[in-house]
Amino acid sequence: MSVPAVMTTEAGSETDVKKEPEKVPEVEQQQEQETVPPQTEEQSSKPAESEAPPTAAAAADQPQEENQIAEPQSEPEASASPDPSSPPAASAQKKEKGISRFLPPWLKRQKSQSQEKPAESPTPHTEPIEEKSVKEEDEEEKKSGDQPDGGAAERTEEVEVKEEAQSRPQEEEQEKEEEEKEKEEEKSVGSADTQPAREEREGEPEVKESEEKKEEKKEQEQVIQPEESAALLPHKLSKKMKMVVCHVTLLDGSQFSCEVEKRAKGQYLFFEVCEHLNLVEKDYFALSFKDNAEQRCWLDPTKEIKRQIRNSQWQFAFSVKFYPPDPSQLTEDLTRYLLCLQLRQDIASGRLPCSFVTHALLGSYALQAELGDQDPDEHRLDYISDFQFAPNQTKELEEKVMELHKSHRGMTPAQADAQFLENAKKLSMYGVDLHHAKDSEGVDIMLGVCANGLLIYKDRLRINRFAWPKILKISYKRSNFYIKIRPGEAEQFESTVGFKLPNHRAAKRVWKVCVEHHTFFRLTSPEQPTKSKFLTLGSKFRYSGRTQAQARQASTLIDRPTPYFQRTSSKRISRSLDGAPMVNISDYSRAVDSAAGGDNGPALELNSDSKSKLRVQGENIYVRHSNLMLEDLDKTQEDVLKHQASISELKRSFMEAAPEPRPSQWDKRLTGSPATTLRLQAPGAPQISSSLPEADRRDASKSTEVKPEVNGQPEVVEVVEETVVIEEVVKAKPKSPTPEPESAAQDRSLSSDSESEDEAEYHAHTPSISVQLIKEEPEEELNQQAPPSEPEPITETEPAVPAPSAQTEEDEAPNGHSPIPEAPPTETEEEEPHIVNGGVSRVETEVICCSEPPVVKTEMVTISDTFAAQKTEISTKEVPIVHTETKTITYEAAQLDGNGDGEPGVLMTAQTITSESLCTTTTTHITKTLKGGLSETRIEKRIVITGDSDIDHDQALAQAIKEAKEQHPDMSVTRVVVHKETELAEEDD
Amino acid sequence: MSDFGKYTHAIMRAMPASLSTAALRSDNVSPVDPLGVQREFDHYVSVLRDRLGLQVVMLPADEELPDCVFVEDTAVVCGSTALITRPGAPSRRSETVAMKGALTELGLNIVEMNDELATMDGGDVLFTGKEFFVGLSKRTNQRGAEILANTFKDYAVSTIPVEEGLHLKSFCSMAGPNLIAIGSSDAAQKALKVIQQMSDCKYEKLTVPDDRAANCVYMNLPGKGDVLLHCTPEVFPESTKVFERLKSHMLIPVSNQEKMKVDGALTCLSVLLRI
Repeated sequence: MSVPAVMTTEAGSETDVKKEPEKVPEVEQQQEQETVPPQTEEQSSKPAESEAPPTAAAAADQPQEENQIAEPQSEPEASASPDPSSPPAASAQKKEKGISRFLPPWLKRQKSQSQEKPAESPTPHTEPIEEKSVKEEDEEEKKSGDQPDGGAAERTEEVEVKEEAQSRPQEEEQEKEEEEKEKEEEKSVGSADTQPAREEREGEPEVKESEEKKEEKKEQEQVIQPEESAALLPHKLSKKMKMVVCHVTLLDGSQFSCEVEKRAKGQYLFFEVCEHLNLVEKDYFALSFKDNAEQRCWLDPTKEIKRQIRNSQWQFAFSVKFYPPDPSQLTEDLTRYLLCLQLRQDIASGRLPCSFVTHALLGSYALQAELGDQDPDEHRLDYISDFQFAPNQTKELEEKVMELHKSHRGMTPAQADAQFLENAKKLSMYGVDLHHAKDSEGVDIMLGVCANGLLIYKDRLRINRFAWPKILKISYKRSNFYIKIRPGEAEQFESTVGFKLPNHRAAKRVWKVCVEHHTFFRLTSPEQPTKSKFLTLGSKFRYSGRTQAQARQASTLIDRPTPYFQRTSSKRISRSLDGAPMVNISDYSRAVDSAAGGDNGPALELNSDSKSKLRVQGENIYVRHSNLMLEDLDKTQEDVLKHQASISELKRSFMEAAPEPRPSQWDKRLTGSPATTLRLQAPGAPQISSSLPEADRRDASKSTEVKPEVNGQPEVVEVVEETVVIEEVVKAKPKSPTPEPESAAQDRSLSSDSESEDEAEYHAHTPSISVQLIKEEPEEELNQQAPPSEPEPITETEPAVPAPSAQTEEDEAPNGHSPIPEAPPTETEEEEPHIVNGGVSRVETEVICCSEPPVVKTEMVTISDTFAAQKTEISTKEVPIVHTETKTITYEAAQLDGNGDGEPGVLMTAQTITSESLCTTTTTHITKTLKGGLSETRIEKRIVITGDSDIDHDQALAQAIKEAKEQHPDMSVTRVVVHKETELAEEDD
Repeated sequence: MSDFGKYTHAIMRAMPASLSTAALRSDNVSPVDPLGVQREFDHYVSVLRDRLGLQVVMLPADEELPDCVFVEDTAVVCGSTALITRPGAPSRRSETVAMKGALTELGLNIVEMNDELATMDGGDVLFTGKEFFVGLSKRTNQRGAEILANTFKDYAVSTIPVEEGLHLKSFCSMAGPNLIAIGSSDAAQKALKVIQQMSDCKYEKLTVPDDRAANCVYMNLPGKGDVLLHCTPEVFPESTKVFERLKSHMLIPVSNQEKMKVDGALTCLSVLLRI
């Protein structure tokens, strides 16, 4: 089969630049898996209890796992990992999914922490550092798990972090795998004892590495029942991979069964199906499945099937995903035929509403295509009842169909299909993917995603429309879905429109569909998912298939004889549709209403959507890319992009987007006025929208400041915002004193800074406060032995400093605690930091993991209400109170005594680079200083991650560190400061 | 679609004498000249029947229904389906009876708006050939629009708030297959913006200085091509000049001065259909 090759390609493309291509996909998958906790939670009514066992189990597994790993751990830590006989330690270790596991070992060494637990000397890493944060997370999770309205389902945020921290990659993978297994197995095993499953896992490392190959071999492998329970059977030692039979319902109603390896990705199955169908123009099609809530989900080709379907059956449907606006541009009749079949389904099921006349006309073309010319003798009236032309098929309709059928005499099947499509494509709901939602007033509406943009329906009426060129940003957060609208001619400000979906997954689903449709229909080529160098939180999801432009291009290159295919008797179709519910928009929405009614209740606003605390889940932003097939509106694209550059703005707009009821405006909207109603003036007019909450926050702080974590309130919204600063320092000469010696005291000051920072985060790039830092200093060698106290780098680095650059003031202490604000943004080019490395020809390379300097960990927890200070007070009663919890944790390399003095040196150059990605803002400051004849380059990166606590921040941080290291391989991370801020918003009713 | 404007029949209703005295009106300033209004009406009929060759079905006047001459409000016809409306003004509800009878006789599929919560005046329904826009006005509500959407399922139906004027078509109408005539008032321009935003189609616009002049009657008739009934230079000189720029259209000025006093526009007088 041609599959393996394709798979490989996919993996490659999907993962951007990877040094170890084979590993990447797995990691990703694992990550994904890791982010599927909801399942677990859903299943266990008592989240709190259920949490513990799995972890323990995982921990227990780990040692074994490690033993099984063929590849020896190079890091000392790995070897230090507990042996199977010491479960407690293991479990402790396991528990930490926090950042420590990503940190280089030396950073994990606790130098002088009160919180350390000396007892665990052999495996001290991770545990102490993490514990707090981890626990916090756990708590949060539990809380959210408690929430009645499908909180579990909401927590499916998929964070695909494709890269791993370099340190202990293997171990990590194992760990993750363990975790994943945990989760899977937990379902059945339900307890900590996962040992039985262990066997399967044997040899998995190798298997993974050759996953593509595996798939090739699949055919030969044993067949396993669709049920996952098979996974637990102990006897599969002999077989390395498990096969699962997938059932795919094709468009003609027939079933296609196909055996796939259990870990196969979606595209494998998809390609199998396409091959079976002999379909070449496959870009318009996809596989879908029903999730537990009976919602149709698209199978992501780039991800493992198993991860996506979860507990559901391996039952799929082959469907049209992107309805070509002009089917006549398709090259092959076969493709058009399949599209016809899809549309016939859509029509018969009511998803594609049409009038009586259209039903009759389309039905007559369908007849002509399948049966050919009407034969008066052969075709009696009853022949027609095998076909379903409409949701409610009447005799009258059938007669009309026959009458029209007669008039198509002489038309070939292909012509009939073409005519069918020509008429079908004009239908207003053609290719519109509908999603139930509520507006901020709680009114039921439908979101219709289509080739041209996003349509908003109330019942059957179109009440608004946002063409893709009008949409600047698409995002979802928790169960809310937002679009940011380009300001109209007369408007000054962008506005954000928010919708409430039944749950988090629905929000994500519509977001994804939007991203996909936009990419497919508007872009010339798909966006690269991981452009950003640094942290990307939330979903990194991007449409990875071909765009319509590419698909058309490819179609023109099709060079094969017209494939023969048989147009099936539609008997099967009608049968398959029997179960399909007749859906018309209004009915549907009502049904959903009642079904999901409990969730959304009457509360429409962001803050009131549940009776209990809600955690703000993933915040995902999809920013329109610039290589659009532009319409006139796009002229100002660049400007707009600038505007939206900052995270803070984003965040602000989100916060404003689903705000308090504003009766006057919304009332209007109720009447269906799109212009006036749906919009909220966003960032530009903050006086109204943003100041309100702030005022309230202040109030809140006054009254409840002492207890910021009053979670007892019925409705609490937590927003977790994370700021990460990664600071890298390269010294040409190791001697240069790095003023790194951040003590706890300094950290404190940092964190206090951070409070003001928090505010800064809400504004555009104010680089001022470095809350979390990862500083890399050249104090360590490549060698594994860390010269802890030896400031001199082993390598004799010639200060290849691009010396004669302007030497500016000395006050530019590069390592100062607040280096960022001071750094004059001299060069604003978007050069990537690594350029700097080029400048400094020889820098000592230091691998973080190799040296094990002591780590100083400091932690500060500050509770503040961030906004109160600067915002005008406007008293409102209906605004959420926001408490902010600030926590700063610093990991830093031990300072070499010689370095500590903080001699300022002479600043040679300094530059500030700011880049944005999805929900991160990265500010990079590069300063070069001359100190005592030595040049030192210090890079400090500050990364602000905005997202909710659901995101695996640790993961993200780890990636940031890794990326930083990759960019500057010859530098070392000297300090990592994690500053975590949590907002607790409570509604005061 | 390509059939847009290709009418064969026009349903009209004779003018009751009570029109000049009892018709609903939003502006009480000037009295209606009974003779003048009849003269206008007769001219209109003769243009349709004699000049353009349409089959004119003339319903008898009903003195109890002073507004009955404005048949447009009582039915929306698209293709072979007719939606009998439920006029927003209670006094006009019975006007639909005669209309329903006529349409039934002509063989159309009749859909009636029976929902007591729904109201709709045909004057709020703008059909562009590709989609519907329904003005939400004093006379037409959301429910009415929903029923229209359910009746004409092939088409997108978008709602447009009408903040000023009686009907959506009080300040706009189709002047060609892809051409919207629109008034210059803020309300009209605002509505146009909404229309443009809501639509996947890109309509051209013909902006006329006077809102009322923006109501014109477009037809596409065999042998005549694009035909446009529009305001007269005597009443709206500037707007007429705008229409006169439509070189490819057969332009027929039709006076409507008197009926305008009772909110009657050119489109109000007929229901056009193709059989």
